[in-house]
Amino acid sequence: MLAEIGYGILVVTFIVALYSVGAAIYGERKKSPAFVESARRAMLLTWPLISLSAATLIYLLVTNHFEVSFVYEVTSREMPTYLKVTAWWGGQAGSLVFWSWLMSAFASLVTLRKWDRDREFLPWVIVVTSITTAFFLGLVIFFENPFARYWQTFDGQVVASMFAPANATAFFPQDGRGLNPLLRHPGMIIHPPMLYLGFVSFVIPYAFAMAALITGRTDDRWIRLTRRWTLWAWLFLSFGLVLGGRWAYDVLGWGGYWGWDPVEIAAFMPWLTGTAFLHSVMIQEKRGLLKHWNMILIILTYALVIFGTFLTRSGVLSSVHAFAQSAIGPAFFAFIGATFITSIALVIYRWPELRGETEMKSMLSREALFLLNNLLFMSVLVICFWGVIFPLISELVTGQKVTVGPPFYERATAPLFATLMFLMGVAPLSAWGNSTLLTLGRALWKSALAALAVTGLLFFTYTKNAIALIGFFLIAFVLFVTLIEFWRATRARMNAQNENFFTALLTLVGRNRRRYGGYVIHMSMMLMAIGILGIEVFQIQTQGTLPLDGSLKLGEYSVKYESIAQFTGPDNRQVTRAVVGVYDQKGNYLGELHPRIDYYPDAQQNMTIPGERPTLRDDLYVLLVDWQPVSANGATFKIFVNPLVNWLWIGAIIFFFGILIAAWPERESEVVPARTKRVHQPSAAD
Amino acid sequence: MKNYLRITHYALLAIGLALLFTAQRNQTALAQNPTPTDDEVNRIAHQLYCPVCENTPLDVCPTEACRQWRDLIRQQLSQGWTEDQIKQYFIDQYGVRVVGEPPRTGLNWLVYILPPAIILAGAILLFRALRAWTKPSTTAAAPRSKKEAPKDEYVARLEEELKKRK
Repeated sequence: MLAEIGYGILVVTFIVALYSVGAAIYGERKKSPAFVESARRAMLLTWPLISLSAATLIYLLVTNHFEVSFVYEVTSREMPTYLKVTAWWGGQAGSLVFWSWLMSAFASLVTLRKWDRDREFLPWVIVVTSITTAFFLGLVIFFENPFARYWQTFDGQVVASMFAPANATAFFPQDGRGLNPLLRHPGMIIHPPMLYLGFVSFVIPYAFAMAALITGRTDDRWIRLTRRWTLWAWLFLSFGLVLGGRWAYDVLGWGGYWGWDPVEIAAFMPWLTGTAFLHSVMIQEKRGLLKHWNMILIILTYALVIFGTFLTRSGVLSSVHAFAQSAIGPAFFAFIGATFITSIALVIYRWPELRGETEMKSMLSREALFLLNNLLFMSVLVICFWGVIFPLISELVTGQKVTVGPPFYERATAPLFATLMFLMGVAPLSAWGNSTLLTLGRALWKSALAALAVTGLLFFTYTKNAIALIGFFLIAFVLFVTLIEFWRATRARMNAQNENFFTALLTLVGRNRRRYGGYVIHMSMMLMAIGILGIEVFQIQTQGTLPLDGSLKLGEYSVKYESIAQFTGPDNRQVTRAVVGVYDQKGNYLGELHPRIDYYPDAQQNMTIPGERPTLRDDLYVLLVDWQPVSANGATFKIFVNPLVNWLWIGAIIFFFGILIAAWPERESEVVPARTKRVHQPSAAD
Repeated sequence: MKNYLRITHYALLAIGLALLFTAQRNQTALAQNPTPTDDEVNRIAHQLYCPVCENTPLDVCPTEACRQWRDLIRQQLSQGWTEDQIKQYFIDQYGVRVVGEPPRTGLNWLVYILPPAIILAGAILLFRALRAWTKPSTTAAAPRSKKEAPKDEYVARLEEELKKRK
């Protein structure tokens, strides 16, 4: 009965969302504020309705209603309650409900704002967000129903269906299959919501962009209204990606955080266009240029968000056949195609009105460098998209399955990322409007010289690897540029206002949050780059089978096998845990690690959890690969030394603060008329 | 002439014996290959992708099937197979998907050609656009300025003021 109620609510919500679309269009066309208001209220109703349906689903998950197929697939009696709740987004059907729930929440939030100055946007924002919500609800209702129940037909077959087939009786499995053990990690519990939050937040700027195109109000108002949404979307998406990386590092047991898997790339692609968009909108705000391009970027981001959601859960890109068999595949592609074509058609329709208001004066101006930055992000996107799609095309055309793996992506994207880093150093010092080689050179030489000095030092003390040295030079360069920028402005403030260093710094950042938040983000990116460079260039590994008290040496570490034990852990998992002692080169004891293998009987799956010893210099990462269960005298260990990798996680935390600074509300940003900022003197100080 | 022939025969015999000896030496060396270490196995397995799981390198794939494939690599190494031979064996058995990059043949060339071509086209487009924008335009600016022409005296004055401030 509960399943029917949950499903029924979803059907009602779907109808309400469609009504909202219809009423908004009708109200706008007939100039009837009453209908637009009705559409707004209908849209506001979707969130409580989906919440109710979601609550029903969670209740079914928590109370072991295994007669519901989704509950059977993602939970088991042994699972703790919190995992049963998070299983909501652990399977495809539930995660689509989760997506719709988030979408309706964000759409409600945005429609609750004051619309006085921008009332013309309202109906179209409702239309876009409600269509998106309705699409996901439609997928749930027609293709991936989490409330479908098991039925046993007269010939003994068990089928999942919402309604009882003829002559069938309800079927009640004793226990469920349990959540995929890989998804029971804290990182994986938070990672999907973060990613989805990022995905859904990007729908809001897209909705405003469409509203701007439809209404013909093509100035930068839509950008100013959604700037913070975009930043939050970027924050969530970035954090989702980082959490996914951390999860992979802690759970997948291959000593890395990023494997260029299509599912990872699916989440990375909207991040690329989103990042390009974040930079590109600044050109429109400051100089009134690139209006077409910004529209195209946000349209691409929206399409990639939908595409990413599709790939993340369905795994259809593994094979053409999987795609053909997938019920939601064609629906997704039809939706992406329809929205993309409609959006591009709107851009073409408004093309003349989207012309730039000024002209570019210099190839070295900040807007020109931002454009180059956009080209680089788009280049990485092309490589990623093509790498993900090509195996499908190959299978379709030649019947041959191919793998486009890390070697391809790493080789193709490394130079692009290096150039992006270089731009990260140069662009903040170039001026809006006009810059010359001379002015740029004057601004940059100190940082370049300091970076060269650091690189020289590293050459003599740390590495002779050319790639690493180039990377370290770029990192040092960007860090110096940014730190000097902070120092110059703080010192100026200290002198002018007679403030101490900390007051001056805090006031400076507080009054220019966007700019200095951006700088903090740049610095955090460089810290992350240190980690990436470290693990990519300097990672070493070894594997060996050790008797008790036997040792394995790697780099400056020696790992000694001390003991092994088996016991039943929480969640009824069978844990095999080794104890290894860690020693340095001189034989000094550094501590012990506990690599383990967890076996989940409900899912019949192993998980290899590493023992890690993180320091700022490196991360010792020990895996228990195998052991002899009878004698426990021998065990196989795989050991990685991942130099500098922890800077990646440190950078990610600083990155979070950077976005908080940049996205923190500034009162004046909403009221400054669009044109006033464009008539300022071009200078590097912006 | 006879002497020359005899010398040639002896020379060929010597070369043949030398080749045979070398081959035997090699075979003996291969047969006596010590058991390969895990690292040697993993070095090759790392370059191969699990034929069953998607996008998982063979050296880290935890499935039983992959464990057996790693054992097979160990066996092949101990029999003296080279890295290329082992890779080729896996390609023959499971298709080209077991290598991390599509081989550079036929349609697969598209993987390597298309992205740089698109990026290059984008770069050229951007460069040309930047050049066009940074050039003082006369023809392009005229119609736009006409379109944006101020409608009354006040607006004209305002525009003038704004231009001065720029």
